[in-house]
Amino acid sequence: MFFLFFFLARSKQDTYTERIVNISPSPKRPSSVVLSVTNLRKDYGSLLAVSDVSFDVHRGEIVGLLGPNGAGKTTTVNMILGVLAPSMGTIRVEGYDVARCHRQAMELSNFAAVYAPLPGNLTVEQNLRIFGMLYGITNLQKRIEEVIAEFDLEEYREKKSGVLSSGEQTRLCLAKAMLNRPQLLLLDEPTASLDPSVARDIRTKIRNYAEAQTCGVLWTSHNMHEVSQVCDRVLFLSRGNVLLEGDPKTLHVKHGKSSLEELFITVAKEPLTLDLS
Amino acid sequence: MNPQRIAAIALREYYLVRGSIARLFPLCVWAGIDIVVWGFLTKYLSTVVTGSFSVVSVLLGSILLWNFLIRIMQGVTTTFFEDVWSRNFLNVFSSPISIAEYVSGLVLSSVLMGTISIAVMLLLAVFVFSLSLLPYGLLLIPFLCILFLFGIALGIVGTGIVLRLGPSAEWFIWPIPALLSPFVGVLYPLSVLPRWMQVIGHLLPPSYVFEGMRAVIAGSAVSMQSLVIGGSLSVVSLILACLFFTRVFRFAVRTGLIARYSAESIN
Repeated sequence: MFFLFFFLARSKQDTYTERIVNISPSPKRPSSVVLSVTNLRKDYGSLLAVSDVSFDVHRGEIVGLLGPNGAGKTTTVNMILGVLAPSMGTIRVEGYDVARCHRQAMELSNFAAVYAPLPGNLTVEQNLRIFGMLYGITNLQKRIEEVIAEFDLEEYREKKSGVLSSGEQTRLCLAKAMLNRPQLLLLDEPTASLDPSVARDIRTKIRNYAEAQTCGVLWTSHNMHEVSQVCDRVLFLSRGNVLLEGDPKTLHVKHGKSSLEELFITVAKEPLTLDLS
Repeated sequence: MNPQRIAAIALREYYLVRGSIARLFPLCVWAGIDIVVWGFLTKYLSTVVTGSFSVVSVLLGSILLWNFLIRIMQGVTTTFFEDVWSRNFLNVFSSPISIAEYVSGLVLSSVLMGTISIAVMLLLAVFVFSLSLLPYGLLLIPFLCILFLFGIALGIVGTGIVLRLGPSAEWFIWPIPALLSPFVGVLYPLSVLPRWMQVIGHLLPPSYVFEGMRAVIAGSAVSMQSLVIGGSLSVVSLILACLFFTRVFRFAVRTGLIARYSAESIN
């Protein structure tokens, strides 16, 4: 049975196999680029969700992916995670093509999102164990203890995740996202349900983690204050395109706006009025 | 194939069963009730049926084998439904797990959960209703193999249907064994069926098991050719089921179905 599926899965994919044909493997020497997205496009028939998006995320860098609802942020994140096949373009994580070397790419990545809570019918520790096994972590028990301590989950260890508050669930998702010490961390509104104190704490943890582990972080958020605090660089998506890119502390000034939030609102409502020169 | 990832899927199912007494019901209680009801029926029939027809061996044996197939199928689908019910696809499929490992995990869960059900049914059938497995002898092995492979195939097809059509398609899946049962002759020989039903029955691997089982109980020789046909059909079913699931999964990745898999019903 296992062998049968093994062969079928190997023959299957454009998307998921490890069968490598003319694929450049992981770089022999470390590159500063953790995530490389090139000419990414996704259409659903006549509906264009993402159109020709290209960007890199470097080691130790936190990149904010901003944009109004429907701009293509989550579609982009889903394609990077390999759960949505691009219509065109390539995504490489540490040099591994996500479309063709999904396993290798995902072993080096992880993600947390408000819309993807961990199963509520498992306890905190059980969830971490299951996902630790899925990510093939060695010394799993030790690593579970570390993330439980790091995200202050000790008192909830035996509690089912479904009964935790949304803030506690977010911390659990982040703990899961850190389990495999990812080189690429994808965070979709990670602090959306946290109180300001915990949110600040989480931001600091992720900032420290990115610097200490030389990991790249792609962070989507609608909180402009948070973005300007935590991100090194931001990309503004509008209608599936990267409209603006730059330092969140100075980008709004360049475009004649008083704050990043004002710039965001302009991008969301009247992108054509922007001076993009 | 990474055994740790396969084991993770089965371990999740173990945690769920251990953590909820309600999940023990389909495993033990419903399986047991089936045997109790049919056990008493066969007990009654054995008092009114005269001649050499062994009611207990034929009817209770058939129910036991049919339940084996159902439990194996449900073991696969239920483990998959856990991900549906907890909206866990994004977390699972954005991990390094491959489809082959995921489906193997479903099969492993099914084997473990199916074993519990079968043990309960077997204990009841043997010790309460005096079912003897001795007449089947070594033929029990190919019988069980055919049913196991076909049960897995049905389970994989069921998961593919739910993945493609959405969570509400779950209601199509539960009745699949009931829909097949008239054609495979669980309780009667295929010869009593109309011609068109016999044709369908001959395409379904379990029919060869039940025909063979009745032949054994009647003291006739079991045709090895029919067992080979039954086994081959099981393997073919499994291959087709795997191809179907792989195709559906690819479709789900292409269209974004997995990423937004939470709607009650998707086209």
